[in-house]
Amino acid sequence: MKPNMQNAIVQTNREGYSRTGGAIHGKPARSATVLPLREPSAGLPKVSLKNVCLNYQTNGGEPLQALKSIDLEVRAGEFLCVVGPSGCGKSTLLHLIAGLQRQASGEIRVDDRTVEGAGTDRILIFQELGLFPWLTVAQNVGFGMRMKGIFKAERETRIREYLRLVHLAQFKDSYIHQLSGGMRQRVALARALATEPDVLLMDEPFAALDAQTRDLLHDELERIWAETGRTIIFVTHNVREAVRLGDRVVLLTFRPGQIKREYVVELPRPRHLEDVHVAGAARQILDDLRDEINKSLEAEYGDEARA
Amino acid sequence: MKRALRNVLFYAVLIGAWVLLAKLKVWPPYLFPTPWGVGEAMWAGFADHSFWIAIGVSMRRMLLGYGLSVVLGIFLGMSVASSKFLEQTLGGLLVSWQSLPSICWLPIAVLWFGLSEKAILFVVVMGSLLSVTISMETGRKQLPKIYSMAGRNLGARGVKLFLNVTLPASLPYIITGLKQGWAFAWRSLISGEMIFLTLGLGQLLMMGRDLNDMSQVVAVMILIVVLGYIVDGLVFRTIERRLQQRWGLAPA
Repeated sequence: MKPNMQNAIVQTNREGYSRTGGAIHGKPARSATVLPLREPSAGLPKVSLKNVCLNYQTNGGEPLQALKSIDLEVRAGEFLCVVGPSGCGKSTLLHLIAGLQRQASGEIRVDDRTVEGAGTDRILIFQELGLFPWLTVAQNVGFGMRMKGIFKAERETRIREYLRLVHLAQFKDSYIHQLSGGMRQRVALARALATEPDVLLMDEPFAALDAQTRDLLHDELERIWAETGRTIIFVTHNVREAVRLGDRVVLLTFRPGQIKREYVVELPRPRHLEDVHVAGAARQILDDLRDEINKSLEAEYGDEARA
Repeated sequence: MKRALRNVLFYAVLIGAWVLLAKLKVWPPYLFPTPWGVGEAMWAGFADHSFWIAIGVSMRRMLLGYGLSVVLGIFLGMSVASSKFLEQTLGGLLVSWQSLPSICWLPIAVLWFGLSEKAILFVVVMGSLLSVTISMETGRKQLPKIYSMAGRNLGARGVKLFLNVTLPASLPYIITGLKQGWAFAWRSLISGEMIFLTLGLGQLLMMGRDLNDMSQVVAVMILIVVLGYIVDGLVFRTIERRLQQRWGLAPA
């Protein structure tokens, strides 16, 4: 382990104090390593979850606890990444914050308003994107504004602006199927940003892309985040991606989904996915994640996973 | 090119056989018309405007009746698809009633509405309503949930969500049903008009029989086929092709 990497991430447990000793040298969350792009504001949390629980009924009728007492606070302008094994309820968490699904108990607040259903202050970019194939790129980007009743002239200005932001200006009249995977991602991003949400929720948006495209989109997302100052909650199963992008990484356990640990990433930006420090920091998180992955594999494959 | 040539050949042989059979007088001319007799009847029909009027009247009934059944069918299909109770009760009833030929509704229609325009519209609506409803219902169920979630996420709800997301998203799934509905409505209309004698192509057909004018009967039959083909082949196929291009379901 490289010596300067030890400052790279700070691991905290759920009570918020730092863990010390062992391979990781604990440091208080506000350490000397300052992020170049923004200092996380110490103001009110943008999004806060208090004791959020969700139970499912499986097809066999068995009750299944998907999320268990999630407590989470996200600062305004923060880039938060949520990692966990598949089936841990990461996506569900985003759906709850987006108001597309309702929690069994607990409270979700955005800016001190309780979340009661969908709202355009929180836009979710789905894993499958959910772009509308019957609309052109420009119409997709303008959809949210049209629903809000924003006038055409204003809409067109903003469509142009956001398409330029994601470098898709010359594709405004294309239909979705004519675009590559990476371009579709950017349309989804532009569509989400065009409604000018305070909080951007991203559900494994880059999982299906090739490595080069993903790297490019990481850079673009980081740039757009810096330019627009949005709060981003980004769900991924890729720990390295989480360290590459996040100010903070939250690790969820497998069934019931609970917050196992939080990490503050203090590597200077822009970071690179292949950077040794990113890789090193990711390894520490991955060690914690491994148990959970094994649990999820066991649930999926039964005893075979143990062999 | 090859295909066109084959078709020219096919129709030449077909008409040739017709001419031959007519010339040989296998059946008397008042039962088996000649091609030129049919041609004359067609010409005369258009020349004295009776064919134009019949086409106009029939098409107006189609547009009204079919339009009505599309609106009703979309509403009904959506309701059935969105309620488990309706799906298990009304859904089954709709499927079983589809086996009822729509002309069976004519006696009821005549009793309810008299020999009026409403009666014939009723038959047309009943002819296509069920197939539109059933296709809307299955289309709605096949529709990936992601579209309505994305729509809600972007601030669409209620009627807005339906008109801007659910309906356009389900169009590729229901276009076949809409086309079938049109075909059923067309059949219902012609059979309705044949029994119910006020203008229209069906009535023209029956008039030919009453006048013992076999050439007119065949001319009107050809007219009905051509009109059906124009709507199906040009209107619906164009819509289908456009949809497929937009959605990327077929090469542009």
